[in-house]
Amino acid sequence: MIKIKTTDRYNITPLRSFMTNILSLAAALVVISILFLISGVNPIFAISEIFSGSFGSFYGIKETLTKAIPLILIGAGLTLAFRAKFWNIGAEGQLLMGAIFATWTGLNFGESLPPYIIVPLIFLAGFTGGAFWGIIPAILKIKFSINEVISTLMLNYICAEILTMLIVGPWKGKERFGFPGTNNLPDSAILGIIPGSRIHYATLILSILCAIVLCVVVYKTRFGYETRVVGENPHAGKYAGINFLKTSIIIMAVSGGFAGLAGVGEIAGIHHYLGYPASVSSGYGFTAIIVAWLAKLNPLYAVISGIFFAGILVGGDAIQISLGLPAATVQIVNGTLLIFLIMGDYFLKNKIRFEMQ
Amino acid sequence: MKKIQTLEMKKISKSFHGIFANKDIDLKVESGEIVGLLGENGAGKTTLMNILYGLYQPDSGQIRINNQDIRINNPVESINFGIGMVHQHFMLIQNHSVIENIALGYKETPFFFPKIKIREKVEQFSEKFNFNIDPDKKVWQLSAGEQQRVEIIKALLNGADLLIFDEPTSVLTPEEIKELISIFRQMKASGHIIIFISHKLDEIMDICDRVVVLQKGKIVGSTDTKDTDKKSLARIMVGRDISFNIDKKKIARGRKILSVDSISVMGDKGLDAVKNISFELFENEIFGVAGVSGNGQRELAEAITGIRPIYSGKIKINGSDITNKSPRDIYDTGISHVPEERIKFGIAPGLFLYDNAVLKQHHLKKFSRRWFLKYSKIKNHTEDIIKDFNVSTHSINSQIRNLSGGNIQKLILGREISEQPQLLVASHPTYGLDVGATQFLRRHLLSLRKQGSAVLLFSEDLEEIFELCDRIAVIFDGEFMAILDSDDKNLSEIGPMMAGSKRLKKQ
Repeated sequence: MIKIKTTDRYNITPLRSFMTNILSLAAALVVISILFLISGVNPIFAISEIFSGSFGSFYGIKETLTKAIPLILIGAGLTLAFRAKFWNIGAEGQLLMGAIFATWTGLNFGESLPPYIIVPLIFLAGFTGGAFWGIIPAILKIKFSINEVISTLMLNYICAEILTMLIVGPWKGKERFGFPGTNNLPDSAILGIIPGSRIHYATLILSILCAIVLCVVVYKTRFGYETRVVGENPHAGKYAGINFLKTSIIIMAVSGGFAGLAGVGEIAGIHHYLGYPASVSSGYGFTAIIVAWLAKLNPLYAVISGIFFAGILVGGDAIQISLGLPAATVQIVNGTLLIFLIMGDYFLKNKIRFEMQ
Repeated sequence: MKKIQTLEMKKISKSFHGIFANKDIDLKVESGEIVGLLGENGAGKTTLMNILYGLYQPDSGQIRINNQDIRINNPVESINFGIGMVHQHFMLIQNHSVIENIALGYKETPFFFPKIKIREKVEQFSEKFNFNIDPDKKVWQLSAGEQQRVEIIKALLNGADLLIFDEPTSVLTPEEIKELISIFRQMKASGHIIIFISHKLDEIMDICDRVVVLQKGKIVGSTDTKDTDKKSLARIMVGRDISFNIDKKKIARGRKILSVDSISVMGDKGLDAVKNISFELFENEIFGVAGVSGNGQRELAEAITGIRPIYSGKIKINGSDITNKSPRDIYDTGISHVPEERIKFGIAPGLFLYDNAVLKQHHLKKFSRRWFLKYSKIKNHTEDIIKDFNVSTHSINSQIRNLSGGNIQKLILGREISEQPQLLVASHPTYGLDVGATQFLRRHLLSLRKQGSAVLLFSEDLEEIFELCDRIAVIFDGEFMAILDSDDKNLSEIGPMMAGSKRLKKQ
């Protein structure tokens, strides 16, 4: 009989960590290939279609960058929460709340203010909205010991329904001719795009800046240090005099706030009005969980992994059309990648040996 | 399974990230023997025993029972071979009750209603050995000493032929140690084998027939205890002579630093753990709190350092009130704390050594500027601690989880002591330390005292208390039975006071 032995691995080098990720992705591709085979598609062709669809053409690259913006922002924010072992899976709701706040601000003040005031203002509003929605589970967790996985997940639905209620009810705009949705934001509140694309460059630059700043915060500041201590050992955090409520609130304000910023980008950069939740965000809050994980919880790496997953989203759309595959295909691809990344993490932290008995 | 007559470990080697924890170890034990395993921290004692217990697999080497080669793949197999282990860090499920924990590891636990059958046995055992444990209490409510008793019951109930004790006496009272020794003797008479890991030379000499000395993963000496003495054992163990006397000079105490005014504190069980305790602490003074583990020491230490709320009474440092201030505010007034459960409270295992070296200090001016940490200063500071406290590690850039328990302990001690606190609250600071490190630490406490700091020392090691303290309080059931000067004639009655049967109405 063959026995499997696991022991802790101590010497985790950056190279080994990197190679583990590459191998995990490769292994995931093998499984995905099998799924393609089952649906009667040549997997090599399908996978090359995904990447040529996203990175192989000028149009593809533009679309990929567009979708990378929310993924980078949310993914970077999630690395912070996950580092503190605060399992925020409510980024989707935080994004929507950011969109709601930004839309309200844009619609109410956009007409009377010039762009250089209203644009920062809607970003601020979006951040506030996301942060507000993120702080709720933080308080629930620290004050009432309510599991954040449940509360963040449930708050997604609450926020989605609030949004729907607003757009079919009080905020329903005349410009929509009876369909649910608000009026378009005034021109001054709409973000500029790179001509010939949908890339709202202000948000793109903001997302990369956010990732860089957060990286410095995590590795160089007291707050980052305290976040890591709390994540590693809460008992030690208490002993070290770290204020859990304060720390958790800041962590979730940043994590939720970044998701809120992504919501602003989607509204002011792409849609220009607030519509149904599924049209505001195509699950960026959930995809970003994989982005954060692939980034090994390093905010800076979230830029790269954000672009990578945006590519998969865009490529997935491409093969839907060219190969006639169902829309769920991309989600299967994403889910498979996440599972393999998590497994890779296990193999990175543990040595596995097979022994004959 | 046949009873273990002989057990041999042959050429056992085990390495962790390239460093040998055990190298070519040969160990043979026979039925009816008590063997001591002696060595400094990181000498490889625990690793060797974990291999025997099936927690680790050796890289090479062979284990033989009754002259038959065997493989031990996991603790279940090891229990089936008749090997039991009482660990240094308890392997109990904190949220389960005593009886549930015992049922979990017990071979004959029935599938349905396990507690009913087990309860009887546990109560028998408790009574027989005077363990005095409520089987329905949750493990997290128990003191370290009580938890260990649960571990011992677990191993004994499984009827092990060979029992490994990893520093079992460190949390027991003198009386309990005596009882434990008498259990050891009974087991020896009935043909059991006991492997006793310790670095307390007295106990080894007292209890064991034979002693094997480990150093840096290798066996450096093996002898019958009747052919040796403490001094030569110590020399083999650390490879140099150790003086057993610390010279402590009388120093006149300075001004008052800490005043504790009739404080009461709730324990985890929701009952008063500290009842109306008052005392004062002065500069140049070491104040010892002697007592059996679980009589309120942990709660008292936590109350003073701000981890646990105080519901009545006041604590003042230098005249200013610090009652129920946050742990950080209290730290900033100059109170350092070496916690009782250091691995649990003292480190963030996945962070680097240098991160852990400033766990409580990172917010201080010298390590941070506004929001940022000064990592170069922190790294220098870490190097200093490692040098001063002789922490063995290959780099400060490695995760602290890679260090042995003793080395982690030294780092924590170094961290808390090196800041020249006004008051150091030290809970069992030498628990688990080897002879060399213990002496170093005791000297350091004395030098703190000389430099004008106050030390509040919680210890179960009476020898240590007598050796270091200027005044000694005896704690029992959350109350001070007496506060004695180090030359008080009543000190001879400290035993009955620790047991709660005598109380001085002096205070």
